[in-house]
Amino acid sequence: MRGGGMLHVAVATRAFRRYSTYRAATLAGIFTNSVFGIIYSYAYIALWDANPTAGGYDQQDAVTYVWLGQALLMTIALWGGGTTDDLAERIRTGDIAIDLYRPVGLVGWYLASDLGRAAYHLLTRGLGPTLIGVVVFDIALPSTVVAGLAFAVSLVLAVVVSFAIRFLVASTAFWLLDQSGVKVMSGAFAIFFSGMMLPLVLFPGWLGTVANALPWASYVQVPADIWLGKHTGTDLVAALGFQVMWAVVLLAACQGVLRLATRKVVVQGG
Amino acid sequence: MASPEPAQHLRTYAQIAWLWIRAAWQYPTSFVLLAVGNGLITGLDFVGLWIMFAHLDDLAGFTLHEVALLYGSASLALAVADTAIGSVERIGTYIRTGRLDQMMTKPVPLLVQVCADQFTLRRLGRLTQATVVFGWACTYVDWTPLRVLVAVSMLVSGAMVFFGLFVGFSCVQFWTTDATEFANAFTYGGATVTQYPLNIFPREVMVGLTFVIPVAFVNWYPCLHLLGRTDPYGTPEAFQFASPLAGVLTMAAALLVWRTGVRHYTSTGS
Repeated sequence: MRGGGMLHVAVATRAFRRYSTYRAATLAGIFTNSVFGIIYSYAYIALWDANPTAGGYDQQDAVTYVWLGQALLMTIALWGGGTTDDLAERIRTGDIAIDLYRPVGLVGWYLASDLGRAAYHLLTRGLGPTLIGVVVFDIALPSTVVAGLAFAVSLVLAVVVSFAIRFLVASTAFWLLDQSGVKVMSGAFAIFFSGMMLPLVLFPGWLGTVANALPWASYVQVPADIWLGKHTGTDLVAALGFQVMWAVVLLAACQGVLRLATRKVVVQGG
Repeated sequence: MASPEPAQHLRTYAQIAWLWIRAAWQYPTSFVLLAVGNGLITGLDFVGLWIMFAHLDDLAGFTLHEVALLYGSASLALAVADTAIGSVERIGTYIRTGRLDQMMTKPVPLLVQVCADQFTLRRLGRLTQATVVFGWACTYVDWTPLRVLVAVSMLVSGAMVFFGLFVGFSCVQFWTTDATEFANAFTYGGATVTQYPLNIFPREVMVGLTFVIPVAFVNWYPCLHLLGRTDPYGTPEAFQFASPLAGVLTMAAALLVWRTGVRHYTSTGS
């Protein structure tokens, strides 16, 4: 796709601007994330008071993890939603037929748009709670430049993996017309298996093994562990490789599903 | 003479709710997935708590059974309130789209219409899960007639407190229409706080949860009585029986705020 780069940047920029319109909503969101951050911090402080080495974290790791989770919640659109909600709505109304005409790939278009959204949420809903965590709970910052940079890369990959899953969820509207049921199910898995509810390092035995292998681990657990400096050297490369692997597999799945669905739209007559 | 109005409002509420159930059933797959998904979210939520206890003997002195009692009762109270009147959260959308103006022209109290609007049974999932956890935890309680009474009044009062929080904080949207999430800090935040023994929080937070946002009365104080415990913070024993008072006061305050909000409301002007 020659010239596609500029187009996608333009799409991303506009998505960024679109989300930045809702200032009161953003402030309310930062407030709410921070309240939950405070609640979970005290819960984890109590947990690590009772067991100071649970999951290989110390108390500061655990509290840092809480605030990172709150900061990532909207950036990775953990509950679902984001720009893929527009896609689901266009499928339901049939407007998708027009989109499929366009000489731009649908996946790339929505991915660019979602990255723009994520950038906005990172700067507001991500940065806000993180600052409060730093000031009130003295959370840890990345200890090396490498860890900081790797975290940034990991964050982008987290958004891409999350986008691909949300795109697949939205695509179910081709068959079900309404994505909301699948979206809630998917959100439930995301909350649990991303480590948002409880760090995956606490998951015992086979449950831990399974959870760490599923794509949702890319959402919170992997970026957080990189931030905390739990991955270094080849281990760090492997962690990022894990995210890349899921990003590639899931984006390919998006293309595949879209091809299947397109055939269906044609059969349906639009 | 007592007017027959409340009964009639309830009937109108039921009629509107039934309408929405039938509408939702038009997408049966989504309907089922929504209910299952919501059950799953709350179910996994409890699994999270259970995993926490794999690393602990007790959380701030409370065993898994005791925490399950706290968790189940708070979740049940929230589920009842959320199912009945959770739609009030969307009042900002009604204002923005002008639907609130339409509702005002109808011969049914505004609050009844707003609460019944888009009534959804998907919260049955949470209701079921909360009932199971609460029922399980109840088998570990040494029941006396007084404790049964306290338990029943706890569930009713807890739902009333959440009713008050939902309605009261949703009213913020009369002044700023897109700050929906602000209320979540108090409603869902309140529900999250009450999943834990409240002595994990500092004393100042406890005071706030008792006198400002009285969620401590949803389950903490009455559960102390059910479990035959004294408050680690040494509050008077009378608090353990004061939940109904907290419920009535919260609800009254919320209705007052609602009335002020409706009076303040001047439509979007378009």
